[in-house]
Amino acid sequence: MISFLQIDLPALLVGTLAALVCALIGNFLMLTRQSMLGDAMGHVVLPGIVIAFMIAASTATWVMLTGAFAAALFASLLVEFLRRSAGVEPSAALGAVFTAMFALGVLLLEQSGVARTSFDVHHILFGNIETAIWPAATGLSSLFDANALANLPPQVARLGFGLFIVALIVILLFKELRVVSFDPVFARTIGISPRLIGAIVVALAALAAVVSLSATGVILLVAMMVCPPATARMLTDDLKTQVLLSLAFALASGLLGYAIAVLLPLGLGYEISLGAAGTIAVVAGVFQLIAMIAGPKRGSPRNA
Amino acid sequence: MTEFREILAVLLLQAGYNTTVVMLGAAALGAATGTVGVFAMLRRRALVADAVAHATLPGVALGFITAVALGFSGKSLPFLLAGSALTAVLSALCIQWIVTHTRLNEDTAIASVLATFFALGVVLLTVIQTLKTGGQAGLDVYLLGATAGMLRSEAITLAAFSFIAAAVVAAFFKELTLVSFDTEYARAHGFPVRVLDLLVLALVLAVIVIGLRVVGLVLIVALLIIPPAAARFWTNHASRMTIVSAIIGAASAYGGAALSAVRPDTPTGPVIVLLAFAILLVSVCFGSARGLVIRALGTQKLPRRVS
Repeated sequence: MISFLQIDLPALLVGTLAALVCALIGNFLMLTRQSMLGDAMGHVVLPGIVIAFMIAASTATWVMLTGAFAAALFASLLVEFLRRSAGVEPSAALGAVFTAMFALGVLLLEQSGVARTSFDVHHILFGNIETAIWPAATGLSSLFDANALANLPPQVARLGFGLFIVALIVILLFKELRVVSFDPVFARTIGISPRLIGAIVVALAALAAVVSLSATGVILLVAMMVCPPATARMLTDDLKTQVLLSLAFALASGLLGYAIAVLLPLGLGYEISLGAAGTIAVVAGVFQLIAMIAGPKRGSPRNA
Repeated sequence: MTEFREILAVLLLQAGYNTTVVMLGAAALGAATGTVGVFAMLRRRALVADAVAHATLPGVALGFITAVALGFSGKSLPFLLAGSALTAVLSALCIQWIVTHTRLNEDTAIASVLATFFALGVVLLTVIQTLKTGGQAGLDVYLLGATAGMLRSEAITLAAFSFIAAAVVAAFFKELTLVSFDTEYARAHGFPVRVLDLLVLALVLAVIVIGLRVVGLVLIVALLIIPPAAARFWTNHASRMTIVSAIIGAASAYGGAALSAVRPDTPTGPVIVLLAFAILLVSVCFGSARGLVIRALGTQKLPRRVS
């Protein structure tokens, strides 16, 4: 029990919270045809996080957030410059900027010595939710002990904060988000700016990327931004149902994926380990595959 | 200062036979990606190429496992190339299937295939890390690329494949150019647009698989995207653009390989990509056909001529 509280619970919390925040905003990225922007965001914030860490020598939430937002802002200005001023084709501009910034982040990580102290390239690429531990837990009573809870890994609070902000804004702006997602032209006629709402979606995606990246790695965040919303889209036409279903699939992927990663090697009796972040992402992909083959709303709406 | 002199020596091919072969191999690879990239970009394959590149990871892992199971070294190039080609093709087919059989848009299809295949590769890699066979560390180079410790035979193989890819582009240059620049005209005149599209995709797959060892699968797509984008600023002519793009790709890969020969602990891929991006920024400013400086001068001249 104590080992569950110390090792499995914090990893489960980190994995499922990241899955939820990414899936929530992923719904709107998908509907505005910007799923690959979620992927780009996961790459772009890396140099921001590394530079912020080098300057402030701290992994405090506000340091990471500031660095990541500065990087996201810089990247979008650079993409705009290449597109508007220089006339580079949009997807090429995006591709050039996000690969170059990820390259810069990797080199800074390798050269600055940050890699050996805090996080390294493998953790960023593969995920490292197993490193979230809660040594202060001494029993079930710790769950109600403020001192012990304060010693939960900092990623948990960071992800909880991100999920709260994203959920709050999605609930407040749900009507606007729905109109802009499905009918941007109509949105403009009733005085809702698709550009403003689009910018808010991108900013929330950046927030989700920041709180998830150092906690779970880029792969879990990209998978969760696209797979649960796509799965839910195969099952319903109603946006509210779709969002709720996507959260359910994200939660199920987190729990099932972590359980498989921990229990499968034990069950087989081999001394192997499965990376939990990768396993969770694969489970989300399998859900999507099943929904694409058998979901009631899988085909195009025109045929249905 | 000594480091600068060291880099200069390597750049001028004075760093020993093996390093020289590896650098020339990298340059050949850069030229091939630059050439193929022109058509991939014109047919809007940038994001598909990124997904396919990430989807090679499970193939690399499966190649390693198969090679070990058959009693070969896990790092033997033929197994890893065959495995990565297999999952690359599979991922391209998956994207196509999702777009034609579900109502998900192409962007969602690409992102979900990228994420799921890469995640599967990550899981297989974590399994391999705990196998007791040795040689696992060698797989790391396929993520971010490395030229340090590359065998001469590997460099020659990659250069040969790169040359073949460039030769295929040269052989079908007229058809590819026509389809890319004016699809409707090409279709009206009976050119097999679908076949040529598949040829572009096949070339993209080929250069990605070839480039994994040097640039790594995370960043290889940059070598397809950036050289053509930069070349566009130097010329308006299709064949000249392809040549300029090839030169930019080759220069980036050559320079990146040289820098990481001096600093073997530096992954090669990120260095190559940053060099290419620097060339892009220089091209944007000073390109002789569409660079900002030229265009600024051009707009000043125009009113005088009109009046």
